[in-house]
Amino acid sequence: MMSDRPASEIVDFDVHTDEMLINMGPQHPSTHGVLRVALRTDGEVVTEVTPHIGYLHRSAEKIGENLTPRQFLPYTDRLDYLAGMNMNLGWALCVEKLLGQRVSEKTRHLRIIITELSRIASHLVAAGCYGLDLGSFTPFMWTFREREKILNLFEEVCGARLTYSYITVGGVTADLPSGWLGRCEAFLDQFEPVIDDLHALLTNNAIFIHRTAGIGVLEPAMAIDYGCTGPVLRGSGVDWDLRRDGEPIFTDMYEGYTWRVIASTGGQYPQDHPYPPVPPEAVLGDSWHRYFVRMLEVVQSMYLIRQAMEKYSRAGGVVDGPAQVKAKLPKGEAYLETEAPKGQMGFMIISDGTPVPWRVRIRSSSFCNLSVLPELCRGVLVADVPSIVGSLDLVLGEIDR
Amino acid sequence: MTELLTYFLGPIWPAYTIAALVQCALLLVVALCSAAVFIWLERKVSARIQDRLGPTRVGGRFGWLQPPADGLKLLCKEDIIPAAADRPLFRVAPYVSFCATFCLFLALPFANGWVALQLNAGAFFLLAVAGLEVFGVILGGYASGSKWSLYGAMREAAQVVSYEIPLGLCVVIPVLITGSMDLVEIGNRQAGWFYHWYIFHDPFMFCTFWIYATCAVASTNRAPFDLPEAESELVAGFLTEYSGFRWVIFFMAEYAAMFVVSGLGSVLFLGGWNGPIPVASLVGLSGDPSTVAGWLGNLLGLANFIFKAVFGVTCMIWLRWTLPRLRIDQVMTTCLKYCVPLASIMLAGAMLWTFLFSGGVGR
Repeated sequence: MMSDRPASEIVDFDVHTDEMLINMGPQHPSTHGVLRVALRTDGEVVTEVTPHIGYLHRSAEKIGENLTPRQFLPYTDRLDYLAGMNMNLGWALCVEKLLGQRVSEKTRHLRIIITELSRIASHLVAAGCYGLDLGSFTPFMWTFREREKILNLFEEVCGARLTYSYITVGGVTADLPSGWLGRCEAFLDQFEPVIDDLHALLTNNAIFIHRTAGIGVLEPAMAIDYGCTGPVLRGSGVDWDLRRDGEPIFTDMYEGYTWRVIASTGGQYPQDHPYPPVPPEAVLGDSWHRYFVRMLEVVQSMYLIRQAMEKYSRAGGVVDGPAQVKAKLPKGEAYLETEAPKGQMGFMIISDGTPVPWRVRIRSSSFCNLSVLPELCRGVLVADVPSIVGSLDLVLGEIDR
Repeated sequence: MTELLTYFLGPIWPAYTIAALVQCALLLVVALCSAAVFIWLERKVSARIQDRLGPTRVGGRFGWLQPPADGLKLLCKEDIIPAAADRPLFRVAPYVSFCATFCLFLALPFANGWVALQLNAGAFFLLAVAGLEVFGVILGGYASGSKWSLYGAMREAAQVVSYEIPLGLCVVIPVLITGSMDLVEIGNRQAGWFYHWYIFHDPFMFCTFWIYATCAVASTNRAPFDLPEAESELVAGFLTEYSGFRWVIFFMAEYAAMFVVSGLGSVLFLGGWNGPIPVASLVGLSGDPSTVAGWLGNLLGLANFIFKAVFGVTCMIWLRWTLPRLRIDQVMTTCLKYCVPLASIMLAGAMLWTFLFSGGVGR
């Protein structure tokens, strides 16, 4: 179902007015934090979009060069603050790669439970905020209600609800509290029907489809050229997920699990769950597909969590605790990209043999995903700009670092 | 009332003035109370839709004191006029909007004969004055000196002016069937059992009602047609630069307008003050409203009318918290490509129906 043109493009107005330069953000309700977008508009039609970033810059990379890896861990929480667990994992795995260290079986499964829960929480925020960007308030409250339950589970695990620092270099800070698995299971059981509610409220809604289908079409080639990753890339039909295609230290975590990478083949999706059908208006790579891929990934994450919980309770041994705070790092460098909810999150560490890394660099998925915004927003209406920004699911904490 | 005052005061003009003032005060109370009730209702309904509780403690149970608390908070807010604003226009805009909406109450019949101004062209008056509200919004949007406000104002102009056409067509159809523009006359024509309501008059009327509902929502800028405000796109649209008291005035105008279009819809299509079962006439309470029995019957009619209007507003609230917002081109498409042609077809159909089955205009 590849098409050269977006399904409904606004073209050929005979009447042109003076161009107006509008500043959307950094204090705007739907720029997802502190993104600033300069719009050049001709009436309601946007001719040029220029994103400006840097309002949330906190020198995270430089801080990493003055602290030991374990001390830097709390700062990774604040990169993608909607999926702190996945940021923790990315950093921990990167340092473990440098150290040449592997965690125990039980820790591996525990990490999957936690990071996939975090992925669900992140995708819920994405879906809810996307509804908000389109003027629908209720899905936002519903998704946040479910996210609250995940945060409650996380709070039991590590005491924090947003900045966890739970998955650390060497393992995790503490084993699961008793009875936690049962409560997690109960959450998943009650969460499953809620997904259908969300599909009823958003995915199948005629207005929602009209507002998203054929808008902001990102061609697969362009998505690859711009380095887009995560659901933005898979929404364009590129079958690529680091959990399956990444480096061994990351993919080994998911060894023995059955799940599916959600990417559309020919505009259709695998039907292993009563998903709503793809509307005929939707074009591969448009906002609707990006949103839908996230919704399907939530279900895949639930499969993963259920398997991981079972494997975790069957696995022998103990859960690894954190490494020493001031352990010396081996001389050398390591770069590792992991599949965070928003895309591929890369951490780079170069060590000169001291406990403090010589260089730390972070590759942000949202940064690359944002870079396609000027391409996607050319010639759309003003109302579609927040809609496209929302479909990219940006987190500015990660972009500005 | 006028007769009574004339008895005491002698000449007729002070009596008329006093009667008019009293009626205006009464209507103002209705307008403000309805706004307060709808603010509370919106909070509660939206909360229930979103799996929340809404206000629970303000004023004891059910948070019934929430609207006054909201109002007090807003009145205490700093009153900001942006430096770039056109000050006189910025100040006057909310009142233009509110006055236009308030004038609608003058011609809205609440029960048989209970109307401040029984005009023989009541429907026409309502339509004409309803269009004035847009002036306040355009003035406010333009005078704010903000690009977002200007966007909101321009959208309002485009949207409301366009939706006047199908709205007018929808209103014309009951007028055509009654043969009168007098809203009291239109309401009385639907007396009796519920199948006398105009919505059940013929299939065309049934469809017309739904077109009217769509256009009414659009003309009051409620979701999914709330483009002039569009908080996720235009920050707050024409309201962006308003705060405190002026914002309250705009807000009340919106809620009052919701009540009026809902009430008008109930008069035109849903029997107005006539309940589904003619209880009043069955127990002998019908007749001239100046008699006690008639007065009691009218009171029942008032309750009927209020219930229908509030139910309509509740549906609008329900829509708002369920649907995403349309885009401006989709809003215009809905109006010009669907509502106008459909309303025209319904008009032609209703004309044909009355001609064929009822032997000309009227019944």
